Amino acid sequence: MSGNTFAYLDEGSKREIRRSIFKAVAIPGYQVPFGSRELPIGRGWGTGGIQLTLSIIGRSDVLKVIDQGSDESVNAVNIKEFVKSFTDVQTTSDSEMATIIQSRHRVPETPLRNDQIMVLQVPGPEPLRGIEASEEATKVMHAEADYVGIWLELYEDLIRHGSITAPCNYPVEVQGRYIMSPSPIPKYDNHKLSGSDCLYLFGAGREKKIYALPPYCTAVSLAFEDIPFQTEDFRGKSCCLCGAESVYLDEIYDAATGDLRYQCSDTGFCKKRRETCGAAERRLEA
Amino acid sequence: MTFFETPSLRIERLTIRYGAGCPACMGGGILEKNRCAACDTVWSLKGVSLEVYPGEILGIVGESGSGKSTLLQSLYFERPISAGSAYIHEYRGGEADIFTADRQQQREIRNIHMAMVYQNPLMGLRMRFSSLGNIAEKLLAAGNRNTAFITERASELLGIMEVPVARMKESPRNFSGGMQQRVQIAKALANDPSILLLDEITTGLDMSVQARVLDLIRKIKYQNPNVSMLLVSHDLSVIRMLADRTIVMFDGQIVESGMTDQVLEDPQHHFTQQLVQSML
Amino acid sequence: MAYVAVSGGKEAIRESIRLLKYHRCSNESRLELEALEKSLGILIHRVMGEAGLYSPAYAALALKQCEGSVEEAVFLLRAYRNTLTRSYYTEPASTDNMRVIRRISSVFKDIPGGQILGPSYDYTFRTLDMSLMDEDAKEAHEAAKEILQSAKPEEPEPMERVSKTLEEQGLLEKRRDEREPFDITKEMIKFPCPRSARLQTLSRADSGFITGIAYSAMRGYGFSNHPTIAELRSGYLEMDIAYPLDDSKTICLGEILLTEVVSLIAGDSETNAGKLVIKEGYGLVFGRCESKAIAMSILDVTLDEPGSAPCNDEEYCLMHGDVLEMNGYISHLKLPHYVTFQSKLAGVRKTKGAKE
Repeated sequence: MSGNTFAYLDEGSKREIRRSIFKAVAIPGYQVPFGSRELPIGRGWGTGGIQLTLSIIGRSDVLKVIDQGSDESVNAVNIKEFVKSFTDVQTTSDSEMATIIQSRHRVPETPLRNDQIMVLQVPGPEPLRGIEASEEATKVMHAEADYVGIWLELYEDLIRHGSITAPCNYPVEVQGRYIMSPSPIPKYDNHKLSGSDCLYLFGAGREKKIYALPPYCTAVSLAFEDIPFQTEDFRGKSCCLCGAESVYLDEIYDAATGDLRYQCSDTGFCKKRRETCGAAERRLEA
Repeated sequence: MTFFETPSLRIERLTIRYGAGCPACMGGGILEKNRCAACDTVWSLKGVSLEVYPGEILGIVGESGSGKSTLLQSLYFERPISAGSAYIHEYRGGEADIFTADRQQQREIRNIHMAMVYQNPLMGLRMRFSSLGNIAEKLLAAGNRNTAFITERASELLGIMEVPVARMKESPRNFSGGMQQRVQIAKALANDPSILLLDEITTGLDMSVQARVLDLIRKIKYQNPNVSMLLVSHDLSVIRMLADRTIVMFDGQIVESGMTDQVLEDPQHHFTQQLVQSML
Repeated sequence: MAYVAVSGGKEAIRESIRLLKYHRCSNESRLELEALEKSLGILIHRVMGEAGLYSPAYAALALKQCEGSVEEAVFLLRAYRNTLTRSYYTEPASTDNMRVIRRISSVFKDIPGGQILGPSYDYTFRTLDMSLMDEDAKEAHEAAKEILQSAKPEEPEPMERVSKTLEEQGLLEKRRDEREPFDITKEMIKFPCPRSARLQTLSRADSGFITGIAYSAMRGYGFSNHPTIAELRSGYLEMDIAYPLDDSKTICLGEILLTEVVSLIAGDSETNAGKLVIKEGYGLVFGRCESKAIAMSILDVTLDEPGSAPCNDEEYCLMHGDVLEMNGYISHLKLPHYVTFQSKLAGVRKTKGAKE
């Protein structure tokens, strides 16, 4: 790979992005526009998250990258390799070891700490986009806290389909002010955002926006008074590999047998569980 | 009606002008139509003042371009004004000029204290959403977050507007023009506004459909004795049927006003005379 | 103020054409047509697709002739095609029988027949590879030959489309049109137009134009859904014609490289209120122009959605994306407009004079 710059981007660009991050932290949930740089990775393939990671990473950091919960997916491996090749930092699949976790569409199962930063890749940062296509208009709507359209979408969903079918990327209200897209994480992960110990950074490279959820900020999933917020339900199901319950599970359909099995979506969590359980069993046997 | 009551809406010297104006037209000089011959400034509204009382329907008539729709649009904050003020009794006791309120407050006024019904239902409805959803939008804007209440209230309003229950979950896109208009009215009524702005709401509808919509407006008047309506129409029979009082607009100014019967039976201004004659 | 008309047109044009030759041939290195055809494959695909003529050799020639201008190359091929007699129509061909070189699905991890990443830039780092500056052509070719030799030849098996499973389960809204396909090369389309005319027009449209409109749809202009790719497959498909002496037999003319995309978009059913359905969008283009095929499949759905954005407007999308038409009309602005402009000028002067 060419170039000698640490973390790919030139220092000036990284400093500019860090300034945008500061602004984002200062105004939780507010989308800060930034001069998104071109990376050697396609726009829409995680360039927002990568720019955040590249701007904040230092030589002593330990990086974990996941895609839909998985450390091994092609895209996650690709991004990890990319950052590693320009920083030479240590990488891990253990979320407790990591200081920076970049993720697409999941928040790890293990609670995050104050000394960790969670970087989420965001395809569409604008929670109002579904009801208003124009950026100029949505900016004004945020300024005036005009969120009726989002509530209307939820209400419409409810009366058309009998329940709220809106899946992942379910909007949250941050600190009673801005409504924010949590990125396409499942609803199951929404509660991890509110009052968290760690800093959440959200990066949308194609849409040129950065926003943040600082530690201990509230992020309330929108819900009507008489219809509580509901997440995906895995009651009575457990991981077929590590036996974990109350975690987000991937459905695996065996076309040959017609069986439906479940597996931890968080592969790092599952792996660690199997290792420590195995070790515990071995100790017991000894 | 007594005139000792407090008006629900008071407009003072409302002016919309396109152009810089010059000493001649600013000083009240003669305009050609509504355009100043000296500086080309167009005066869409020139010093319009009026009051509307609770329970009253004020008819506004005039030819196209006379400023009647512009008046409603400016009141609904859809057209910036050049000068003047307006006060709504329900909003801060009628003490605060609504044109100087900030945008957030103006949105609150639009959602809660005032409502507009447009000639074209596309303007007042979101066609991507169901009829229930359209009414819900207003209720949500007023801060309601209880879906049972919202659905009950929206169904009730659509029921009053004679929209069949079976079609309430449908988008008004599929409805006839008359039915779309009734959904729009139901939406306008959602938060019991004290002022309803009705802009040519029966124009373009069949006669029988028109009659039904007008009947419903009457019904609203009797069921909501405190609501005031500004009824813009170029159709004098609509005005005769509904309006208590009527103002006549000509080239951006009010040229005549009075009880509807009086204005239509004994018009004073030459334009009103023309208008009434053309009806015959 | 007087305007001086440009004269001596004939001579100017002759000189202009001479200068074109200078620009095309100002260096000594030869531009081998074969190298153009084989090494700039995706450019060739784009030109063939937008021209609606499958001929890699002539596409290379066209590109050579016009300094690599895509619009001019497409123009040359289209014009050339109209000198040819239509001898045959090929038989309908099913992409199930494609000799697949790449096949991916974004809806299911496991699909019957398996995912085949194949040649793709998706996971490359877009860093300029300076080593190509002085790449040894022979060496590179040897390396490429090795790739071919190390491949295990397999008898291609027909691959069912991923969407077929969903269709069998009744989850897809059926969009069958059994009518004889429209031919946009012979007739002007009328609106609303049959789906065959729509698909032909999109397949031949300017790649940038339809990709931009599909992108605007995904960003919320006229659409609020995220499409998912049920399947993208690239490969070679044999083209047959009926044997002229015996209708019951066919002769294979050869194979063409195609990319086919089926997109799925969940949305409210138009016919069944309150029901969610999955709608299927179809894209098929010459060569490996993947983004264009995906964009086409998105527009195939959005054009049927109600709304007033460009992506919902069949006439807008189909009337403004043809390479020849759009570039022709834009470039015609370079023609003299002395008379029309003069008359406009006169109008402006008149109003100005009236004022002063």
